[in-house]
Amino acid sequence: MGTTTLPAPPAAAEARHGSLKRERRWAMIGAYIALAVFVVFFMTPPFHMLMTSLKSSAEIADLSGNPWIVGSPTLMNYWELLTEGNYLIHFRNSVIVTVCTVLISMVISTMAAFALARMKFWGSATLATGVFLTYLVPETLLFIPMFQIVGQLGLYNNLWAMVLIFPTLTVPFCTWIMIGYFASIPKELDEAALIDGAGHLQMLWKIFIPVALPGILAAMIFAFTVSWAAFIYPIAFLVSSDQMVLTVGIVSDLIRADTFQWGKIMAGALMAALPPLLVYAFLMDYYIAGLTAGATKG
Amino acid sequence: MSQGTLIASAPPAVAPRGGLRRLARRNSTIAFLLTLPLILLILGLVVYPFLYALYLSTLNKRMTRFIGLENFTFLFTRETFWNVVFQSVLFAVSAVVLKALIGFILAHVLHALPSKGQRKWRGMLLVPWVVPPAISTLAWWWLFDPSYSAFNWALMGIGVDPVPWLGQSGWARFSVILVNVWYGSPFFMIMYLAALKSVPDQLYEAAAIDGATGWQKLRHVTFPMMRNIISITVLFSLIVTFANFDIVRILTNGGPQDTTHVFATYAFQVGIQSGDIPLGASVSLFMFPLLAVFAIFTLRGVNKRSKEMA
Repeated sequence: MGTTTLPAPPAAAEARHGSLKRERRWAMIGAYIALAVFVVFFMTPPFHMLMTSLKSSAEIADLSGNPWIVGSPTLMNYWELLTEGNYLIHFRNSVIVTVCTVLISMVISTMAAFALARMKFWGSATLATGVFLTYLVPETLLFIPMFQIVGQLGLYNNLWAMVLIFPTLTVPFCTWIMIGYFASIPKELDEAALIDGAGHLQMLWKIFIPVALPGILAAMIFAFTVSWAAFIYPIAFLVSSDQMVLTVGIVSDLIRADTFQWGKIMAGALMAALPPLLVYAFLMDYYIAGLTAGATKG
Repeated sequence: MSQGTLIASAPPAVAPRGGLRRLARRNSTIAFLLTLPLILLILGLVVYPFLYALYLSTLNKRMTRFIGLENFTFLFTRETFWNVVFQSVLFAVSAVVLKALIGFILAHVLHALPSKGQRKWRGMLLVPWVVPPAISTLAWWWLFDPSYSAFNWALMGIGVDPVPWLGQSGWARFSVILVNVWYGSPFFMIMYLAALKSVPDQLYEAAAIDGATGWQKLRHVTFPMMRNIISITVLFSLIVTFANFDIVRILTNGGPQDTTHVFATYAFQVGIQSGDIPLGASVSLFMFPLLAVFAIFTLRGVNKRSKEMA
């Protein structure tokens, strides 16, 4: 009995090991195929955008050519955008609005998150819930009353209305991210600071902000992308080209009646997508931390 | 009662307590001041406009007269409005289901890769999410162009008839959902990936020792561990997709024959473009109860499960 059963286990284990290995290899091949399919799907529009932006109008209009490949690449579309028309004004407007929005959001949300994470006070739990509940009132619900309010304030067709309104898009989530980061800072650190005689504001400035810098960066990136991409408020409130931001300016300036200048539209869109793409390329980890912090920490 | 006698007669323990109380009062003053900008922002630019929308929805078109619920009853008689309700639900539900599915698959596939290659692939797969949708939808619009569609060119190459991407109701509905899925899947992928990484390896080892197959591991280990994140991600995405504006506005602007309108684009057309602000406000207000119902159900489930785990 013993002699017959003893050799069996190693053999069985080996066979199982072999099949596991084969299974694993097939799983890997399947994984790469799936990835490749989705990368092609995800990259098709940006690729086609790039190709079109490098074509001359004549080549775009030529129906016999291959739309996916550029025959004689030219930078004319980019050059024209940068030298004539309002594209640079739109770009500048986007930068102004985004920089202001990011600064305002960070100041408001850092202060509020510090108070909510560390100082229990009357109504703090209600306020935290209230911040969360603002998600239920998306901007597509608020833009009509906001249209009236902006009009009453005399800010209709004014870039600065965006600076006033955009923080509503960014502050709740930024506060949420920051609460998560601040709450993860050990309490001993503030006790030590209090013993050393630091006030709360000093504590925030000297300890919390430096320690939670990755969280602040993540929240900043989030605020930047949201404010750069905002669309419904600009399209509803900005009508003259010199006040427009990129998301609405490209379409409104490059489509005249029925003539679509597709080459220029695509070139403009590509350059407008560049700032978020660059931020993402260089700060990918913070970008992703900002995205996922809300759910995994909150 | 002079200061001196008070200090002398009081036991030493009182002074620190009084100090503490004063400190606590000062603390809550500081806390209030720190949160004041947030409170003002929420009250002034979220709560007030919301209440104002409720008020606006009870006015007549020229905003001169109170007409009660007439805007709402008027909407109920319009076929277009019911189309909008149907399309919004169809758009949000099918897009979210597809995004959740694709995100789940991609997260699993990525998680199985060695960590070095993972970064590169993840970097490419997140690109649709990074480009502002108002910008990337322009590329899709061009891809769907009736006469120059690059998709149709490719389809013709393999002998398939050109597709009226945005010209026919059925295809137009498909196209707006496709673009939304393209834009939103990476978000699900990244959320699930974060969740997958937080599942302890020991659980899988234990399951493997018990002889669990890959499917059983997925069903009995991965899925229960990720349930909360899946719910929260679906909730976020449902809210954002339901309230979507840019994709539909740029691709179809509601057409053909108003069949692709969602609440936001219809409210924009009625309220801003046709100038009937009260009716537009009424349309967009319909989003609120629906979103609230989604949220209550999801968050109740999350709370229950968190309590079970604790």
